[in-house]
Amino acid sequence: MDIPRHWRLRKQRYGLVGEVCEHCDSKVFPPRDICPDCGEEAKTLFSFSGKGEVYSHSTVYDAPKGFDESTPYTIAMVKLEEGPLVTAQLTDLQEKEVKIGMPVEMVTRKLREAGDERSMIVYGYKFRPVMSH
Amino acid sequence: MENNKIHTVVISGLGQTSVGEHWDISLRELAFFAIEKALVNNRGGYPQALYLANMLAPALSHQSHLATMVADFSGLRGIEATTIEASGASGGMAFRQGYMAVASGLVDSVIVAGVEKLTEQTSVNVNSAFATNTDSEYEADHGLTPTSQAALLMKRYIYEYDVPDFAFSGFPVVAHANGASNKNAMFQRAIKPESYQRAGFVSEPLNMFDVAPYADGAAAVILTRAELVADLPEIPTVSVSGSSAVIDTLALHDRQNPIVFNAAKESIAKVYAQSGLGHSDIDLFELFDAYSIFGALSLEAAGFSEAGKGWELAQDGRINLDGEIPISTFGGLKARGYPGGATGVYQIVEAATQLMGLAEENQVKGAKNALVQSLGGPASTAVTHILSQIER
Repeated sequence: MDIPRHWRLRKQRYGLVGEVCEHCDSKVFPPRDICPDCGEEAKTLFSFSGKGEVYSHSTVYDAPKGFDESTPYTIAMVKLEEGPLVTAQLTDLQEKEVKIGMPVEMVTRKLREAGDERSMIVYGYKFRPVMSH
Repeated sequence: MENNKIHTVVISGLGQTSVGEHWDISLRELAFFAIEKALVNNRGGYPQALYLANMLAPALSHQSHLATMVADFSGLRGIEATTIEASGASGGMAFRQGYMAVASGLVDSVIVAGVEKLTEQTSVNVNSAFATNTDSEYEADHGLTPTSQAALLMKRYIYEYDVPDFAFSGFPVVAHANGASNKNAMFQRAIKPESYQRAGFVSEPLNMFDVAPYADGAAAVILTRAELVADLPEIPTVSVSGSSAVIDTLALHDRQNPIVFNAAKESIAKVYAQSGLGHSDIDLFELFDAYSIFGALSLEAAGFSEAGKGWELAQDGRINLDGEIPISTFGGLKARGYPGGATGVYQIVEAATQLMGLAEENQVKGAKNALVQSLGGPASTAVTHILSQIER
């Protein structure tokens, strides 16, 4: 069930809340309290814009529990405009061909269902192609 | 530095089971069969400790407290036993624990064994278990699997270095050619480059020949101090001349440049420094080809090619048994099979067999020094050893 584990992650999952290093201004996601760039303490919260581009992508056909009902799905590493890479699914692709460098933006979607009908549904960030206006 | 104070560690016994689907044999029996073989040909003293490598038995075999079970079942009651888990690098890491125990002088003789059963559960269960080897909260919870992660690496590599289609075909072709004459290999048939080109995608651009098969298997090696081993007149004794373990970020996305295996690189630099050996001294490289992209990145990390060109070594015979740097000499993970935490111990057993001159059809002629590297995740953990023939 893992309810506390998923609950603890709500800020990251729903708001892409990471950290900023007060020493070198590096933006950190996921939060890890020690700046990966300068090694100093980095505990100041920072909300990412959710904008970025596709760094790499592939398709999952053979998935773990909780994801096996939604195959095939597109998995990606997204380079956020503030710097960090994140691993996430791409969504709302319709017929759009995914390419490295494609601009994407964060949306909140269902990540997985954890087992039977009495178990929780986990929501979190995915990325979709930036809507053109 | 501390090398002046540590003991020389040698291999005094080797054992392995065949790799494949061992549905008629339990986890404990599988481990025992490998340990029994190593004990039967042991040229050193009776082992005082067991370091057992395993990756997923708590999830897939409903068994933790594994080393105690295996030592008990193997008739080794009363010795020290503990399980070592470092994802795919478990076997290499257990070997390093054994090496450190003997090198320190605290233990005269140890058994390092690895055992794993990956073929008895549905693929959904196996995928779920393997996904726990990634960063659960920031990778697996988003649907990433180790295989799709390797696909992300391969896709980015192809993009950055602009490599041709089928650039990676040389890795499975060489692995299967070498596996064909290994009676313990899961796949004992050579494949043609055309088969690679026809293969279906597992997670594009990764096709089925880019992915090593999950398997069951067990391997064991006995380590002891050099002065405690009985020399054989006709077979060289093999020593551990370098040992190192280095970690990188657990999650691939936490790296500045994901398509460089930094931990693999640093770990090799350390074994070179310890052994005083360098590239030109290495006669074979047992690398961790869980995916063909790992083969390319490992060759690059070891400095056998520059970044972006590791795949070229596989295209023109340079990694064959008679090439300049033979790899996967008994089939590697791709053809011998990938029995989880046991894999690193197989790699050691195979490299030692080469240096003892007992590799028969797979023999790398004149092999004196072997580089052996096991990876956990995408080189999130890298464990490297150099095994060397002792000159007499």
